[in-house]
Amino acid sequence: MSEPQKADAGIAKPKSFQEIILRLQAYWADKGCAVMQPYDMEVGAGTFHPATTLRSLGTRHWAAAYVQPSRRPTDGRYGENPNRLQHYYQYQVLIKPSPPDLQALYLGSLAAIGIDMEMHDIRFVEDDWESPTLGAWGLGWEVWCDGMEVSQFTYFQQVGGHDCHPVSGELTYGLERLAMYVLGIDHVMDMPYNDPQSPIALSYGDVFLQNEQEYSRWNFDIANTDVLLKHFEDAEAECAAILSQPVDDPKTGKRIVMAQPAYDQCIKASHLFNLLDARGVISVTERQAYIGRVRTLAKACADAFVQTQAGGWTPETAA
Amino acid sequence: MPDLLIELFSEEIPARMQARAAEDLKKRITDGLVEAGLTYAGAAAFHTPRRLTLALSGLLAESPTLREERKGPRTDAPEKAIEGFLRGAGVTRDQLQEGDDKKGAVFFAVIEKPGRPAAEIVAEVLDTTIRNFPWPKSMRWGTGSLRWVRPLHSILCILTDEAGAEVVPLDIDGIKTTNTTEGHRFMAPGRFAVSSFDAYVSELKRRFVILDATERADHIWQDATNQAFANGLEVVEDRGLLAEVAGLVEWPVVLMGEIGADFLGLPPEVLQTSMKEHQKFFSVRNPKTGRIERFITVANRETRDQGVTILAGNQKVLAARLSDAKFFWENDLRVAKHDGMEAWTAALSNVTFHNKLGSQAERIERIAALAREIAPALGADPDLAEKAARVAKADLSSEMVYEFPELQGLMGRYYAEAAGLPAEVAAACQEHYSPLGPTDDVPTAPVSATVALADKLDTLTGFWAIDEKPTGSKDPFALRRAALGVIRLLLANDVRGGLVHLIGRALRSILAAQHLIAQAKFEQELAAADQTYAKIMQTDIATIEELMIELDNMVLEAQTNTPDVGNSSTQLSTDGDKELKHLPNVATDLLAFFHDRLKVHLKDEGIRHDVIDACLAMPGNDDITLLVKRARALSDALKTDDGVNLVQGFKRANNILTQAEEKDGVAYEFGADIKFAEAEEEKTLFTALQAAEPKIAAALEAEDFAAAMAAMAALRGPIDAFFTAVQVNSDNDVVRRNRLNLLSTIRTTVLKVADLTRIEG
Repeated sequence: MSEPQKADAGIAKPKSFQEIILRLQAYWADKGCAVMQPYDMEVGAGTFHPATTLRSLGTRHWAAAYVQPSRRPTDGRYGENPNRLQHYYQYQVLIKPSPPDLQALYLGSLAAIGIDMEMHDIRFVEDDWESPTLGAWGLGWEVWCDGMEVSQFTYFQQVGGHDCHPVSGELTYGLERLAMYVLGIDHVMDMPYNDPQSPIALSYGDVFLQNEQEYSRWNFDIANTDVLLKHFEDAEAECAAILSQPVDDPKTGKRIVMAQPAYDQCIKASHLFNLLDARGVISVTERQAYIGRVRTLAKACADAFVQTQAGGWTPETAA
Repeated sequence: MPDLLIELFSEEIPARMQARAAEDLKKRITDGLVEAGLTYAGAAAFHTPRRLTLALSGLLAESPTLREERKGPRTDAPEKAIEGFLRGAGVTRDQLQEGDDKKGAVFFAVIEKPGRPAAEIVAEVLDTTIRNFPWPKSMRWGTGSLRWVRPLHSILCILTDEAGAEVVPLDIDGIKTTNTTEGHRFMAPGRFAVSSFDAYVSELKRRFVILDATERADHIWQDATNQAFANGLEVVEDRGLLAEVAGLVEWPVVLMGEIGADFLGLPPEVLQTSMKEHQKFFSVRNPKTGRIERFITVANRETRDQGVTILAGNQKVLAARLSDAKFFWENDLRVAKHDGMEAWTAALSNVTFHNKLGSQAERIERIAALAREIAPALGADPDLAEKAARVAKADLSSEMVYEFPELQGLMGRYYAEAAGLPAEVAAACQEHYSPLGPTDDVPTAPVSATVALADKLDTLTGFWAIDEKPTGSKDPFALRRAALGVIRLLLANDVRGGLVHLIGRALRSILAAQHLIAQAKFEQELAAADQTYAKIMQTDIATIEELMIELDNMVLEAQTNTPDVGNSSTQLSTDGDKELKHLPNVATDLLAFFHDRLKVHLKDEGIRHDVIDACLAMPGNDDITLLVKRARALSDALKTDDGVNLVQGFKRANNILTQAEEKDGVAYEFGADIKFAEAEEEKTLFTALQAAEPKIAAALEAEDFAAAMAAMAALRGPIDAFFTAVQVNSDNDVVRRNRLNLLSTIRTTVLKVADLTRIEG
């Protein structure tokens, strides 16, 4: 007698891009993460969200999960490439200190979005992470599902030039790619954004194709490089100006280190650099210099953040 | 005698680090145990993605008791000295024994170190090993401070003997040793206990873990070749990939998949590289066509659908990857056909080679000019060589090479062919990077060899001119490899002529680059440099040393006359250039570097360094081909009995002569006269030398060093006989002087072949 056909681990396949996001939100909320919202600035990756960059610094414990829209101007393909977008979504989880069962928690999240561990080949393949612009690095893996990279898994060792104590565990899911795989879609623009049975069914293309075309054109050909350059320098100057303020606010009489406003300027500079890069006006040698300038800002912001209460500062430790 | 089993169970260890780590574990633990007196009979280390395992058999149950006798002060020594000795030895007064010594009665302390149980020692050694493990990169996790390659989860550590297994107690940062471990992450989750190494191996296998990496690799290879064979195909062998894949799985399951028909037209190397680099797939080839038609992937688990889902996923990922590769390939072909390779070379003017040596495009200009000039020496057509040099690096601008840098050169060949360039030029695109390593093939096609030589000479002279020479273990620009490449190119292509001329020509181009001579003085300095260069190239300057000095001065002058760059906005104003040192002896130094590399190279051939020194001391030592011919012949000669004895005879003659010349204050170089010869042996030597001289001269003229060496070695008999029978320092001053002049003839004759004074022993 043959074995009865088992259902895929008992979890129904999701029907749409948004359902995968909703399931991840529910899963990580259930595991105790603060479900946060995207940061309201243009960033190149979910790591730039202060909930990761800044909160991975200092001694205070932290657990957050969120979607972060991410922009990589050089990856624009006018919406024609099946997998490449200049605007896409990352799902980001940061838990500090990294729990001992983080790998198991992560695998649970894959099961939650309908990947059956009994049928698929999941692998942790060495991939050390380094962000030259953030002065950060960590060790970990890219996670493969049947040969496809579905996530980055990193134990942060250093951020903004500071050693991480305790160490944060960071998970980053490339949502479009993961969802395409789970939903069995070959071209990102064909992916159902909401339930295909909805009265008004929308595909990813319905939502984003026009945006991709518009931004690809602007990123590559139109963006005014003189203005971008000026903005870059302004952001750099503003960041330094913010951090040069005395920590005690004369108006309120309180100690207010403005780490995050300064960090906003660092994020801006980073994105402006990416735009300049897409416009092809940065030479190979200049590239390193620009990255170095952004890193200097990131480090200064990290230095400032550890002087805040969220960064572990207390009047006692300061004494 | 107990057996010891240790397993360090962690999150996934990078494949490339596993084998080394298992060896390090074995070495550190066994060294530590032996040092503490615990010897063992056998040791074996294993690794999987999640565990490092060490099994020791026949370990001592406890370390032996050690007894040490330490001599102290005299019994009548001051109290302070005796107290000091007691403290140092850790004994009490009543434990001291008295004994006799040359000095009289002295105290002895007998210190006994009692043996310790194995478990205690193992725990200590394991603790030290884990805390000091030499991972190439390690990390912390959670709130802890322990470092490991990835989070360490559990430690199994048991000592097993007839009575059973016992856990060796240890707690490292909260991780307590146990007798348990885990099986396969997905196929057999949960912990289980083990009581011995044999049980450990079989229980792991029952739980879908093959402990031995070699067994995993063998299984993968056999299964892969079987599946390929069943389809009339063969797996492209790749040992590095096999070892890596064996390090990514605990339970290998081999699956063979199809490559979409759309992609079969890609060059096989592109398919292979894309599949290997991105997906760690093996390539499966059709032996009849040589085409890559399928792939092998290795999963880490069995599934109830026999891997159908896994294979489908992998195929889909591959299709996406190959779509990219196909896109690059088609775009590149279009550029090569319509715009030609030169379009790419032009784009290289935006790519910096080194900020003091200009862009890739400028470098290509220099290489092209150099290639044209040296082409005749390699039998290449100068026009073709120049053309090849101009396009050889063009593929660096192509999309495919941007994506897969390891395909540089090869893509150049495909694109040059597509652009309709001559076959020699296309071949040079691929071959001019060779030889890369000491065992890599050396190009012998004239155009390829010319471009390869010009490329490496430009690199070497360039980095020498900006003082970026290799130091110690640091050689970031692989200059040692480049110099060895030059040597092997010259030898393999039997290139004649001095390296000095090659260095001189390359240096001139480097100096001409405006990065070393600022624009303002450029023309003037270049003219001066050209003048020097022209002078150097005239053969009436006698020696290589003089040539080198001229070249050194040429560089020095050009650099000294570089205007101050502090307030000018030339390209020199990048950081560090202000300190641009004025380098003495650039050319001399570079030639010495070549000679050092040559010694290393010939040492591998079994030619001793003193043999090379003996040949380096000869004229024309910058002609590498000539130098090596001479060294090989001398090395062979020195392996014969005649050769060895000749060196002894020569040295004896040379010593006597040198001493006499110093003492008498004259040089005995007037030639001897046979009429003053007294002994028969003396006359025989005269005759032998007279006979040898023209032979040696003729052989040297013909560069037949073996014949020259043979003629030289033939002098061994007469020289030996002479020294046996004749006393050089005769009372008769005329006879003595004549004999010294005879010795001098030996010296001059022999020194024409090689400088045997440098031979050791």
